[in-house]
Amino acid sequence: MTGLRGLAWLLALQSIGELLARGFSLPFPGPVIGMLLLLLALRAPVVREPVAACASFLLSHLSLLFVPVGVGVMTHLGLISQYGVRMLIVIVLSTWIGLAVTALTLRLFREKSDAELR
Amino acid sequence: MPNFVELWVYLSSTPLFGLTATLVVYVLAQAVYARLQQAPWANPVLWTVLAIASVLLATGVSYPTYFAGAQFIHFLLGPAVVALAWPLWERRAALALHWRALLLAALAGGLAASGSALALGWAAGLPLDVVLSLAPKSVTAPVAMGIADKIGGIPALAAVFAVITGMVGALSAKYLFAALRIPTDPAGWMARGFSLGTAAHGIGAARALQVNADAGAYAGLALGLQVVLASLLIPLAFRLF
Repeated sequence: MTGLRGLAWLLALQSIGELLARGFSLPFPGPVIGMLLLLLALRAPVVREPVAACASFLLSHLSLLFVPVGVGVMTHLGLISQYGVRMLIVIVLSTWIGLAVTALTLRLFREKSDAELR
Repeated sequence: MPNFVELWVYLSSTPLFGLTATLVVYVLAQAVYARLQQAPWANPVLWTVLAIASVLLATGVSYPTYFAGAQFIHFLLGPAVVALAWPLWERRAALALHWRALLLAALAGGLAASGSALALGWAAGLPLDVVLSLAPKSVTAPVAMGIADKIGGIPALAAVFAVITGMVGALSAKYLFAALRIPTDPAGWMARGFSLGTAAHGIGAARALQVNADAGAYAGLALGLQVVLASLLIPLAFRLF
């Protein structure tokens, strides 16, 4: 029951996010606004306890949620047979560049902010 | 004697089929993944997608028919993104301390991932609409579709690129981080998780969550930040140039 109340909170905040995004033509998707709202709402214990139970369950199975979109790869077989290898190389290289730049930037500047504290 | 072909045609056309297939295959793939001590190459999303797509292609079931059932799982992406606030809340003290470095890393990493994808895609001679669909590939799939639509890419293709990007990140990040000598101490887990969420969105975050709780939380933060930054900056960059 606690988990169900948590899901109700998540859906309610997502709905408010969707309404705000649509109503004010914000460039962010509704769920992201919902996430920011939840971050504020978690101060209240009435939100915190049920959301904790539901969020842990949902997030521990996060990768399952990408399967339906991933299967959509089958609708692009023509493009894949023509450009598949090149597209894969581009994706692999740019993903590595993104990972490396993020990790190294964070290492560099995080150490600085630690040093400033001393 | 029932006609099995007829029964298959009946079952495969109901939403029950897409939903059941997705769950059952994923549960099996997850069990194999656990048995193999979560080896990156045994990634359950990768093998579930390959298995289901092969079955659909072999039996001639269309993707929209499959999606009619699978959409119930797809739908949960929304509440799952909202739920990412939870691991952040748990680490609010560390966030208050490191928010400048995190924001800078998100900007630099997102720019590097998007920019290099555009440059490499163009250099590889891919068609323009395919190159444009590569731009939002490090953002979680539903958002990538919206961005691709705004800048002249193909939304469905952008979603597939995003999923492949996530898998590449989940599969290879461990080795890349080892080569870059990112340690496995608390600061190292923060960097590993945060960059997985930045460059490989939810699938990278799912991998990070399985490996280390701190890494998972920062991956969630990074994925949320990337959604906000990319939905603002990518369309803006294309309007300016």
